[in-house]
Amino acid sequence: MALEESHVRRAAHLARLAVSDDQATGFVEDLSRILDMVDQLQRVDTEGVAPLAHPLDATQRLRADEITETNQRDSFQRCAPAVEDGLYLVPRVVE
Amino acid sequence: MQWETVIGLEVHVQLATRSKIFSGASTAFGAEPNTQACAVDLGLPGVLPVLNEQAVAMAVQFGLAVHAEIPEVSVFDRKNYFYPDLPKGYQTSQMYHPIVGAGEVEITLDDDNTKCIRIHHAHLEEDAGKSLHEDFHGMTGIDLNRAGTPLLEIVSEPDMRSAKEAAAYLKAIHSIVTYLGISDGNMAEGSMRCDVNVSVRPQGQAEFGTRAEIKNVNSFRFVERAIAFEVERQIELIEDGGKVVQETRLFDPERDETRSMRTKEEANDYRYFPCPDLLPVVLDQAYLDHLRSQLPELPADKRARFQTELGLSAYDANVLSASREMAEFFEEVHRVCGDAKQAANWVQGELSGALNRENLSIQNSPVSAHQLGELISRVLDDTINGKAAKQVFQALWNGQGKSADEVIEAKGLKQVTDAGAVESMIDQVIAESPAQVAQYRDSEPEKRGKMIGYFVGQVMKASRGTANPQQVNGLLKEKLDALL
Repeated sequence: MALEESHVRRAAHLARLAVSDDQATGFVEDLSRILDMVDQLQRVDTEGVAPLAHPLDATQRLRADEITETNQRDSFQRCAPAVEDGLYLVPRVVE
Repeated sequence: MQWETVIGLEVHVQLATRSKIFSGASTAFGAEPNTQACAVDLGLPGVLPVLNEQAVAMAVQFGLAVHAEIPEVSVFDRKNYFYPDLPKGYQTSQMYHPIVGAGEVEITLDDDNTKCIRIHHAHLEEDAGKSLHEDFHGMTGIDLNRAGTPLLEIVSEPDMRSAKEAAAYLKAIHSIVTYLGISDGNMAEGSMRCDVNVSVRPQGQAEFGTRAEIKNVNSFRFVERAIAFEVERQIELIEDGGKVVQETRLFDPERDETRSMRTKEEANDYRYFPCPDLLPVVLDQAYLDHLRSQLPELPADKRARFQTELGLSAYDANVLSASREMAEFFEEVHRVCGDAKQAANWVQGELSGALNRENLSIQNSPVSAHQLGELISRVLDDTINGKAAKQVFQALWNGQGKSADEVIEAKGLKQVTDAGAVESMIDQVIAESPAQVAQYRDSEPEKRGKMIGYFVGQVMKASRGTANPQQVNGLLKEKLDALL
């Protein structure tokens, strides 16, 4: 698949990554090679093969609905840059 | 031009588990901020989710209740987007293999007709935290207590054709989840939230119009209002030569309007992929059979049984089965007094009236179902008449007595059915009303039936309301006619 710089820019935006112009050109080449490999995989005949959700041949184990966690807010908030009234503070977001 | 409205709903139901869907933190409402957000909910490095068996069971119970297919295998996917109240950078959800497949819900319309609304699917996912945009020196405050709370998102087919149908559907979902006990259904606390997809098309056109999605419509009333506004907006737009664009809109209940949030071009690309931290969930037939055997009687079945077995009208059956609490109250009243029609009348009449006046829910009724049942029994066995029954009800409501019998005794409301006592009261009334007796005697026979009302009233007054009106009527007629 032919990848263009606009694709790289969009992917970077969605991942909230700052990408310089030089980097963007490099990523176009790198990512194109990865996509070529995906193209190669796509050519394999998978007719009649169910898509695999997980590589392990196991099923999800469930836990009982019990409260096992205690309040550790103080220790969690020690590594937060800003807190107030028990809230984590982040740069203002308005939808 | 005649327009037709097409509506589909996505309802998010908060499941009533004790702990979160992927962690052992509490889901209790109203705790201090971030005191119920553990390392898993915060998305700290190295943590792994472990699925809550109760969330799975509740989702499946819902599926069984709406006669849905429950696939053997379901898979969790990551829905990727950035927002500060989503610390992992993705919401764990189910995109391609949801836990509940296609089903259907019966809704009841105003004219007591029913309609089937198809469910496309329902999937499990985790809730996000809460952003508080109030004054934090230009910053936003984040409370992650809600992050990781289990949600069941129920997606309908676009089968509704009016705001009323949409509200009826939401009510039907509400009664199913509360009957099942899988959610408290408390809309004010956000336990049930709803996104509405609305489009319009010319009457008779087969293909759908372009739809708008209205976010976060959080009460039965708002659903109707938001749709009414949106339908009018779209029709006006088209009739003025414009075009509806596919977009997300927000309902503002204060201004009673919807506003654009983002258009399709700005829409997020969520880049769903299977969550590598969670294995596929496999449910076997024995598990489904076990859950099916535990299902309570559901609203639609109850409604049908109230009509066929108890002989109630469609209207009564619908009102009395609308909520589990109402149905249980009515069934207890009926069990105690044995007369379904009377039980239905009292619950919907005297009791509902009193509850509405004081803005109480039926769970908080000062008169218990047992007390009401006994009260009705006393009317049925002629211990008291209908008028006295209302007095007894009022006394029980005000806490003046523990049972109907106690109130009847204390207030001397027992109906006088002893023919001798009634007769002597009648004799006295006749003796004291010579003018009315003369009038009765002189009037046309067909008019006498009406005139007897005066005498009945006097006798009832003399008995302080404790006489049986039918008995008084019969005896009076005999005695007056004997004077002719």
